[in-house]
Amino acid sequence: MFSRGYKYAVSLPPLLWVTAFLLAPYCLLFAYSFWTVSPAQTIVHDWNMGNYRELLRSPMYLAVLFRSMKIAGSVTALALLLAYPLAYYLSFCFGVKKDLLYQFVIIPLWVSYLVRAYAWKTILGSDGVLNSLLQYLHVVQRPVDFLLYSPFAVVLTLTHIYTPFTFMPVYASLEHIPRNLIEASTDLGASPMRTFWRVVFPLSLPGVLAGATFAFVLSLGDFLAPLLIGGPSGIMISNIVVSLFGAAYNWPLGAAISLCMLLLVVGLLFLIERVERKLSFS
Amino acid sequence: MLREISLAVTQGEFLTILGESGSGKTTLLRLIAGFEPPDAGEIWMGGERLDPLPPFRRRVNTVFQHYALFPHLSVFENVAYGLRAQKAPRLEIPHRVEDALAMVKMTEFARHPPGRLSGGQQQRVALARALVNRPKLLLLDEPLSALDANLRRQMRLELKALQREVGISFVFVTHDQEEAMALSDRIALLHAGELEQVASPREIYDRPVTTYTAQFIGQTNLLEAEVRGGIARCGDLAWRCGSPDGHATFSLRPECISIARTTEGPHGEAVRFRATVQTQAFGGATNTLQLRCPDGRVLLATISGREGQLEDGPFEFLATDAVRLRDAQEG
Repeated sequence: MFSRGYKYAVSLPPLLWVTAFLLAPYCLLFAYSFWTVSPAQTIVHDWNMGNYRELLRSPMYLAVLFRSMKIAGSVTALALLLAYPLAYYLSFCFGVKKDLLYQFVIIPLWVSYLVRAYAWKTILGSDGVLNSLLQYLHVVQRPVDFLLYSPFAVVLTLTHIYTPFTFMPVYASLEHIPRNLIEASTDLGASPMRTFWRVVFPLSLPGVLAGATFAFVLSLGDFLAPLLIGGPSGIMISNIVVSLFGAAYNWPLGAAISLCMLLLVVGLLFLIERVERKLSFS
Repeated sequence: MLREISLAVTQGEFLTILGESGSGKTTLLRLIAGFEPPDAGEIWMGGERLDPLPPFRRRVNTVFQHYALFPHLSVFENVAYGLRAQKAPRLEIPHRVEDALAMVKMTEFARHPPGRLSGGQQQRVALARALVNRPKLLLLDEPLSALDANLRRQMRLELKALQREVGISFVFVTHDQEEAMALSDRIALLHAGELEQVASPREIYDRPVTTYTAQFIGQTNLLEAEVRGGIARCGDLAWRCGSPDGHATFSLRPECISIARTTEGPHGEAVRFRATVQTQAFGGATNTLQLRCPDGRVLLATISGREGQLEDGPFEFLATDAVRLRDAQEG
């Protein structure tokens, strides 16, 4: 249909782009992860596994990685708990208005990430909205300070930010369920509860999985929320990478952590892909 | 949408609700199944009032137009779905599912996912899934419309045989009058939300009550006649009838017109008339003619294909069994 030259002309720019800005940096990262920093703060190109050994030996990195996964897991669970009922309600209980309501859920995505993160700072801070309210209601005498600068604040913020990403695939999968299947289920004597668990939920699982993947992967790699509102106890693995590439000037160790993260996420996506293929029936 | 519907289905009956799209036939089915609530009126089944019950408490099952098989369950699990939902004894389920699958000749597909089956196979599974619950009444929403013509004819025969075998009342919805004629014990013809006529296929064809029925079921010639003293006149045609004087509409089926043999005299109620043959379409078993009467009226006639080719004419024809229709004005 198209000439050979045309095909090359069309596919070359994206190929170049991917090579220059994705493949090349990853290759560099890979190389860096085997190099070391000399006492004189220069990067020495002597190939060894020192950085990876350091990662396994130091409890700090593993602890932060574990915490990051815990935070990402909590965000995923909370986002699903919020998004699924909302998506279900919108998909099944609304008629013509559902397109409008769908937009309401999506609109927060247009607001800058920073603005949304800062908004939580003003809500959770010691002279923030929540504390003022609690004091006004005489629930507490003095401002409580565990709200901000804690893993809790990070989970809350990330849940707020990534719930729409979970909502969208869940909603799409619910919308794709043919409504006559629900009628068939009730017709065969299944109560609404049974219909939900035997028909609606199994058929929405691919969307749930996709939504969970978004929430988990995006929040696992997040560094702004922990930076702004996480405090020392809310630090996540990306913050460590940022500091290693910045002030700490240990690019090789940062590269090693990045690669481990990459492997973790790719492995996860690979697993999910396999489960998802098992779950799709058409 | 639906007005003044009063319809009773007897045990073991095959009743077809026939109507064009928008006539309300699917709405009627959905009311019985419980997917839509009626604004007024009652639905009863064997001494139990159905309309306040949710669909899952009605002993009624539906075969859906597009099968509506659960894509995430095997054929076996699809058929077992109703039994499990109604908490049938656990040990009984496999036997009943296998019996139902055997009945529709789908035993070998029990472990298959329904998505890989052909339309006809999916339809059989949908039938088994409904019948395994031994409903008192089975509703079928245009179940054959998604199949191709050959398969549809075959499934039609199987469906009829199946209904005789299980003895469950079937309420079958279709827009295909040929299908309705072939399958039904009775046909309920629905038009713009109202029942036009409820009768056996033969009755509804031979004795249509309204103009709409006469035209919708088969083909017909409508004759606008004036009745005076027991004689109805329409142009050159005149025949005896028992209706009171005044204007009346009659339906004359094309196959009620035949060629008059010169040897035959006018007999019984037959009307003798002359006409020229305008066009003829030979269809093998039958020959369909357009006859032009001297007064310019064109009548459709179906004669046996064995009569041979007719040249222009004019010829003598005999017409019998014109049926008087109730006019729309008469209500």
